[in-house]
Amino acid sequence: MNTVQILFFFLSVLAIFSAIMVLVSKNPVHSVLWLIAVFFAISGHYILLNAQFLAIVNLIVYAGAIMVLFLFVIMLMNLNANAEPRKRWWMKLAGVVSGGCFLVVLVSLVQQALDLTGKETLMKEGNIGLIKNLGKVLFSDFVLPFEISSVLFLSAMVGAVVIGKKD
Amino acid sequence: MPIQYYIYFCLALFSIGIIGVLTRRNAIIVFMCVELMLNAVNLLLVAFSKMHHGAALLNNPTTTVGIDGQLFVFFIMVVAAAEVSIGLAIIVMMYRNTHSVDINFLNRLKN
Repeated sequence: MNTVQILFFFLSVLAIFSAIMVLVSKNPVHSVLWLIAVFFAISGHYILLNAQFLAIVNLIVYAGAIMVLFLFVIMLMNLNANAEPRKRWWMKLAGVVSGGCFLVVLVSLVQQALDLTGKETLMKEGNIGLIKNLGKVLFSDFVLPFEISSVLFLSAMVGAVVIGKKD
Repeated sequence: MPIQYYIYFCLALFSIGIIGVLTRRNAIIVFMCVELMLNAVNLLLVAFSKMHHGAALLNNPTTTVGIDGQLFVFFIMVVAAAEVSIGLAIIVMMYRNTHSVDINFLNRLKN
C-alpha cells in the first residue's frame, strides 16, 4: 500500500465520517463546521488527482464563501439553540431505508458494469488540472458559458437583494 | 486507483446527502445536504476526467482529453454559489414571516 492509497482511504474515511456528523449534529453551527471538514477532505482528493485549480477554488468558494454565508444566516436567526422539532422515528427510518436502497442499487450496478472493470484514474500526474491549461480552454472553447455565468451571477445578486428586501 | 473506489466513495457521500434531505426538518441543514450531493458529483466528474485523460495519455503525450470534465466542475461551482445566495435569501424571508425554519411549515403551499 503506497502513500497515495493511504491518503485516499484516510481522506475518504474523514469525508464520510464528517458527512455523517453533519446529519447527526443537533446544533446547526456544528453541522456547518463538519461540512467544512468534508470540503477540506474533498479538496485533498482534488490535490491527489492533481486538479490543483479546483482544489483551491473548492476551498475558497465553498469552505470560504458559502459556508461563511451559512454561518451568518444561522447566527442571524439565533438557531444555535436546539430548536428543531423532532421527526417521528418511522419517518427517519423511512428516509434512511430509502437512501440505503439507493446506495445498494447503484453499488450493485457499478459492480456489474463491464465498462468500468480495469479502469484506473491517473493519480498525481497529468497536467490538465493546472490553471494554465484550464484557462486556455475556458477562454477559447467555453467563452459563451463563461459570459452567461456572469449574467447568472448578476441575476442572482439582484434576486437576493429583491427577496431579502423588507417589503 | 481503480475508478470503482471513487464511484463507491461518491455514492456514499451522495446517499448521505439524500438521507439528510429526507430525515432532517431544518431548512438550512437540508440545504447543506444539497451542497454535499453537489460536491460528491463534482469529485466524481474530476475522477472520470482523470480516467479518460490517463487512457488518452498513452497514445498522445500532449493531449488535453478530459479537461471538459474539470471545466464542468468549475461551472457547477459557479451555479452552486448563485443558488446558495438565492436559497439563503428565501430561507431568511421565510424565517422573517414564520419565525421558524421548519420545512414542514411550508406544506401549506400544497393547498
